[in-house]
Amino acid sequence: MTLLRVDHLSKQFGGIAAVDELSFEVEAGTIHSIIGPNGAGKTTVLNLITGVYTPSRGAIYLDGTTVSGKPPHELAAHGLSRTFQNLQIFTTMTALENVMVGRHLRLDRRFLPSLFRFPGVVKHDAAAREHCMGLMEFVGCGRYVDADAASLPYGALKRLEIARALATEPKILLLDEPAAGLNATESREVDAVIKKIAAQGITVILVEHDMKMVMGISDRILVLNYGRKLTEGTPAEIAAHPEVISAYLGAAA
Amino acid sequence: MTSDVDVSMPRVRRRSGLVCALMKPRTGGLGLLAAIITLLPLALPNAYAYDIAINAGLNAIVCVGLNLLIGYAGQISLGHAAFFGLGAYASGILTTRYDWPALAALATGAVLVGVLAFLVARPILRLKGHYLAMATLGLGVIISIVLNTESWITGGPDGLMLNDFTVMGWKLSGDTTWYWTVGVVLLVSVWLSLNLIDSPVGRALRALHGTEIGAQVVGVDTAHYKVLVFVVSAVMAAVAGSLFAHYAGMVTPGKAGFMKSVELVTMVVFGGMASTFGAIVGAVSLTVLPQLLVAFEDYEPMILGAIMIGTMVFMRRGLFVSLLDLLKTRRRA
Repeated sequence: MTLLRVDHLSKQFGGIAAVDELSFEVEAGTIHSIIGPNGAGKTTVLNLITGVYTPSRGAIYLDGTTVSGKPPHELAAHGLSRTFQNLQIFTTMTALENVMVGRHLRLDRRFLPSLFRFPGVVKHDAAAREHCMGLMEFVGCGRYVDADAASLPYGALKRLEIARALATEPKILLLDEPAAGLNATESREVDAVIKKIAAQGITVILVEHDMKMVMGISDRILVLNYGRKLTEGTPAEIAAHPEVISAYLGAAA
Repeated sequence: MTSDVDVSMPRVRRRSGLVCALMKPRTGGLGLLAAIITLLPLALPNAYAYDIAINAGLNAIVCVGLNLLIGYAGQISLGHAAFFGLGAYASGILTTRYDWPALAALATGAVLVGVLAFLVARPILRLKGHYLAMATLGLGVIISIVLNTESWITGGPDGLMLNDFTVMGWKLSGDTTWYWTVGVVLLVSVWLSLNLIDSPVGRALRALHGTEIGAQVVGVDTAHYKVLVFVVSAVMAAVAGSLFAHYAGMVTPGKAGFMKSVELVTMVVFGGMASTFGAIVGAVSLTVLPQLLVAFEDYEPMILGAIMIGTMVFMRRGLFVSLLDLLKTRRRA
């Protein structure tokens, strides 16, 4: 079943087409990677899908309904969640509270019950706390539950963002370079986390430069170059594709 | 990190019930504040001291609300005195010119200010940082000018005289009665503020302070929450303004002016941002300090300025929050 369909999507920045007539589909329950050289438009595609940018042309369909042009918070309600290449952490909150913000749409967030602290709010907050502690364990930063988010090491913050995104109970999780800045051991740990997420039935869209990670865990790979689709296929097909090799190495292969 | 939210639940839970309760802001902090408010009259020698205490309490109510906006949601307002002033004038105009009951006038003032804040919030809060400061400053200046010039209803620069605050025949007058009233209203505002911060709504506010895009992608409608907190803080300022007008027996445009707005922001920052009790400490300090420094006569503003600069240089997170941090590190060591 096609969960996400991107149809002739374009994004212009001034005269430059960051994404140009891009079409692809993502099957439910798969790990779908997007790779390409720096400046190929990978993060722009993620920003378009998650509503951070509005498309210049084209459309995005989630479960058959068009979602392009909707703001990020509405897309979150549709089951999209993401992490960021340059971390977007709530630095004035604790690590656990960061993850609890991810429960926003699942909790009673009306003003008066919160203001007067209705019993329901207290009960659900306690449950959310437990749930989010579990998620922090799941991604491997359980020991930072009580810590201030600002005091966490970089690698833990990357995982914290994954936990926060998972707290929304997404259908699709978009990860923007989860391994960037991590050492080899940490990257393999993130591999394992992503595999566990996919095993729960959550569709993963992964933008990543770490080829070992991409080749190891992806079901399908989309290769971008200059905002266009270069090719698309299984890891084995991509690894053998001459144009991919030349796009990466620059030489006439 | 905010000092108002109990973040170390599992660690605290191991302690006994009473200690646990005292460690939490909502029980311990609120209890301590109630104790201070109850015992303070023993140390208030005369009417003059009561007057300072009541004014400090009214400022604290405004600052608790303003801290939700500035300290927690990370939005600035240089026009909050205007909301304080509008609340005061609403009470003044409705009770004296139209003979409304005081409580109805207070409530109407609060609602009107809430509606006004709601209408201006969406366009204004699209702005960030310096631009937001400029826009709120402009709003404050406009309201202040209207209060000054529309003398047919506001009394112009002379202001308005008010009668006593009367609720169903019971007259609110005298220093002690006012002291207890303001004390109770302050306690209620603190309780509500602490509730709000430690709730899904409060987490949304603190999240958008950190990163708006980060909050949006997990489903937080940041524009909605910015408007909400702006309205809440404006309404709290209006209520304090109404009470002030009745307490002082008069209201003048100066109370709605730019200098008062700056004073309110300074109180929040001085006490410690993102801390409800910090806002109170700031409001009380900066209400009491000028009175203590009167002995220095002409040098008073200079000394006050020096104290504020010193606090900000050596205690950047504000008086209360810095001291609390110090206490925590001491205990750990």
